[in-house]
Amino acid sequence: MATPLLEIKDLHVSFQVYGGALKVLNGVNFTIWKGEKVGLVGETGCGKTTTMRSVMRILPIPPGQVSRGEIYFKGQNLLDVNLNKVKGVRGKGISMIFQDPTAALNPVFTIGEQLVDVIKYFKDRGKGRSRDKMRNRAVSALKDMHMPDPERILENYPIQLSGGMRQRVCISMALITARELLIADEPGTSLDVTIQDQILQLLRELVEEKHTSSIFITHTLGVVREWTDRVYVMYAGSIVENAKTRDLFSHPLHPYTRGLMTAVPKLTGEGIAEGIKGRIPDYLNPPPGCRFHPRCESRMPLCSRERPPLLPVDDNREVACFLYSR
Amino acid sequence: MRLHIFILKRLGYSVFVLIGLSIIIFAITRAMPSDPARLALGGRAPDWAVQRLREHMRLDQPLYAQYLYWVRDALHGDFGESLFTRRAVASDLRDFFPATMELALFSGIIMAFFGILLGAISAQYSNRWVDNLVRMVSYVGVVTPSFVFAILFLLLFGYVLKLLPTIGRLSPGLSYPPTITGLITIDGLITGNFAVVFNGLKHLILPGLALAMAGLSQEARITRSSMIENLQKDYIASERAQGIPERVINLKYLLKPSLIPTVSILGLDFAALLGNAFLVELIFNWPGISRYGMNAMLRKDLNAITAVIMILGVVFLTVNIIVDIIVVYLDPRIRLAGGRGK
Amino acid sequence: MHSDLSIQRLSRTWEELRKGWYKFSRNSLSVIGLSTILLVLFLAIFAPYVAPYPEHAGRFVNFAEASLPPSMAHPFGTDVVGRDILSRIFFGFRFSLLMGVVVLTLVVPPGVILGLTAGYFKDRWIDTVIMRTTDIFVAIPPLVLALAICSVLTPNLFNAMMAVSLMWWPWYTRLVYGLSSSLRQEFFVQAAEVTGAGKIHILFKEILPNCLSPIFTKMSLDMGWVILIGSALSFVGLGLQPPKPGLGTMVADGAKYMPDQWWITVFPAFAIMVVVLGFNLLGDGLRDLLAVEEV
Repeated sequence: MATPLLEIKDLHVSFQVYGGALKVLNGVNFTIWKGEKVGLVGETGCGKTTTMRSVMRILPIPPGQVSRGEIYFKGQNLLDVNLNKVKGVRGKGISMIFQDPTAALNPVFTIGEQLVDVIKYFKDRGKGRSRDKMRNRAVSALKDMHMPDPERILENYPIQLSGGMRQRVCISMALITARELLIADEPGTSLDVTIQDQILQLLRELVEEKHTSSIFITHTLGVVREWTDRVYVMYAGSIVENAKTRDLFSHPLHPYTRGLMTAVPKLTGEGIAEGIKGRIPDYLNPPPGCRFHPRCESRMPLCSRERPPLLPVDDNREVACFLYSR
Repeated sequence: MRLHIFILKRLGYSVFVLIGLSIIIFAITRAMPSDPARLALGGRAPDWAVQRLREHMRLDQPLYAQYLYWVRDALHGDFGESLFTRRAVASDLRDFFPATMELALFSGIIMAFFGILLGAISAQYSNRWVDNLVRMVSYVGVVTPSFVFAILFLLLFGYVLKLLPTIGRLSPGLSYPPTITGLITIDGLITGNFAVVFNGLKHLILPGLALAMAGLSQEARITRSSMIENLQKDYIASERAQGIPERVINLKYLLKPSLIPTVSILGLDFAALLGNAFLVELIFNWPGISRYGMNAMLRKDLNAITAVIMILGVVFLTVNIIVDIIVVYLDPRIRLAGGRGK
Repeated sequence: MHSDLSIQRLSRTWEELRKGWYKFSRNSLSVIGLSTILLVLFLAIFAPYVAPYPEHAGRFVNFAEASLPPSMAHPFGTDVVGRDILSRIFFGFRFSLLMGVVVLTLVVPPGVILGLTAGYFKDRWIDTVIMRTTDIFVAIPPLVLALAICSVLTPNLFNAMMAVSLMWWPWYTRLVYGLSSSLRQEFFVQAAEVTGAGKIHILFKEILPNCLSPIFTKMSLDMGWVILIGSALSFVGLGLQPPKPGLGTMVADGAKYMPDQWWITVFPAFAIMVVVLGFNLLGDGLRDLLAVEEV
């Protein structure tokens, strides 16, 4: 089969803090093919954002560090130390939408200045384009977002826009440069639910129109179910399950995934949802073996000794659990 | 709010501050325990002479009356007479003030420019040897009193290495250019007398640098920490992710927000600079108002003290207004949100 | 039970102190700062015992040993009237530290109280009165105001301290004003208001504890600045009067004899720098320590 668009192999990332090292990513394996819409699900703190930031090479390097693993984009290892080679990737192939649109926009520059610069440097040279052409491109980018009065918005500063508008601006910036892959980190979470819905709808249209692959990071299962083809479930720094969305929701395999499903309250009147007992592990001293085993109802003695690898159980399905492998 | 309104408000506010300042200074100088007239004339002067001087200086009138007379005169540009030189204080000021302004402006420019430059370099290469060197130097700069720097520079560059002059504003033999602004370097430029410009600059370097060291170090540190803090911000990560080159991020998108705290401090650092000028002028024999004011203070020359402090207050408030305007330009959130948004 | 709670609180505080010390000690500069200050403090307190020639700190002349360069007998040399400079520096530390402590003691309580009040009652008349007053004091270069005040009074250490105090208090008011005016909108303050807590309680038990970190950091840094200004004042003769061994005075004395008898100026100048540097490093360390942590 053709090479995957993005392939993360056994990624380990840790952060140096008071008292030791936080072993945040503990062997992440992730693959996405061209044209796919993939969801990355997990609770807050499981490492989703860290993984994606490692892909974009925007991790704060001290205190963070990549201790092991590779990330291949179109066959090229992004973790190659030479950042210049990587620059060819940022902004040309992969782009990212940040969780908090307010923090993601530079507060002392106008929207127009920031958009125009993204357009200007898109071709990695930044010369040979007239300002007018670039400005028009910016206006049309905003129009694609269904934003009213794009001309005026270009003159505004981020503080003058509402949360929803800022998010649209961020999306439009990302879409200018996202040719192959768009990573959306919890888009719309900081917004009103209705606005969030509009944003997601918008994202889907644009992604499908341009045949861009997309990675949707979220902790909301409902969003995943509606907007993705395939889902990766992440827990405490590694992927525990990976399946087609339909399959995952119809019969989840990993105990954690199963727990997640039951934790979502259903409108069909089955009563209050059950949560998963326990808490996410302490990353300073994570439990040995499978990081989920302290909370797992189906745990076996083996689970506290060895870490279950992510293995295929089916065509198109992988689980990291000793219940299904061996 | 619009820029004009902003400036007007600040001007009004400054006037208010000046009035308050004048009251305080007036109260302090007039509330002295000793008798300034007696001090001026000396212990052996006859009582009637002292009394006449007191009446002349209105020292026997109630305090509020003295103040009102002073205000009325000051608004006409008359700051009274010096108890010692018997000349109008205003003309003394006119003679000495430009020298101090030239020194202060020169120092201020060095302080701002090199401070920001060093801070930016330090942040760029943070935790490498350049950064550590700059941080060490700025620690030294901040903890060393400017009079110590003045003495050191005088010694090192003036006497030991004999590189730069140490006394006054111009070497003997060169005459002052015609007084247009009073700043020798500017006047020299205007009249095309480059020898004077060059020589004036040479005389400015040592005292200017001694004065600038503290502020320069402070600016460097703040610029550095501000840049390092902003480097972690999401919007920088976002700009990188969108493919904007490092160079552009550093020179434009990182620099502008990082300068905000630095420029905000500039006003205060400039104030410290004006204060330290008192000592540095003494050491370098610089004929400025600081030396004049210093002598006035030592001799308890009331009108001179009052006038010098008021002038310094005006200068400081002007600089503050300029600094505030720059900050508002840098950070649009202030005028848009109506307040300081951090 | 009451005692259980207090024990819990104590052990929590202890744990926090330990954590704080760990974090503080990781920064070697802060530790250097702390050690320097402790050393200076020790030298100052025990000056009469550790100084080689304690009597040189007062009226003492010995022209036979005047202007001697540094040697084994006099590690920092002697000045023009034969006094040992090293000993005088130890005693000089006393005055410097004294000035810092006195000024801060005079300045911090009223400054903080005014700031708390003005911030809490923001936009009421009391805010305007207090803050406009600080604006006036702040409008003039610090050293100039101190000089002016000193010049109209008899020059001595006490008056210098008064002068510096008079121009220093507004800075604390401004610092606390900013903190107080934003804290008053926090929920815990509103909760206290709603339950009928008195204003005094709110100011001192709710708002003030949250201002302590910046206040302490500033105090630590300010010790250095006050000492710096104090030395400037004594340099021009408006502070500590000779023959008392003020560090600034000593620098001034020696300035005339540069460059030949350099040690008379250089060592006291160096002493000033060391003290101020120590407080600076300490203050920076405190600031890093007390700042919000992010992972």
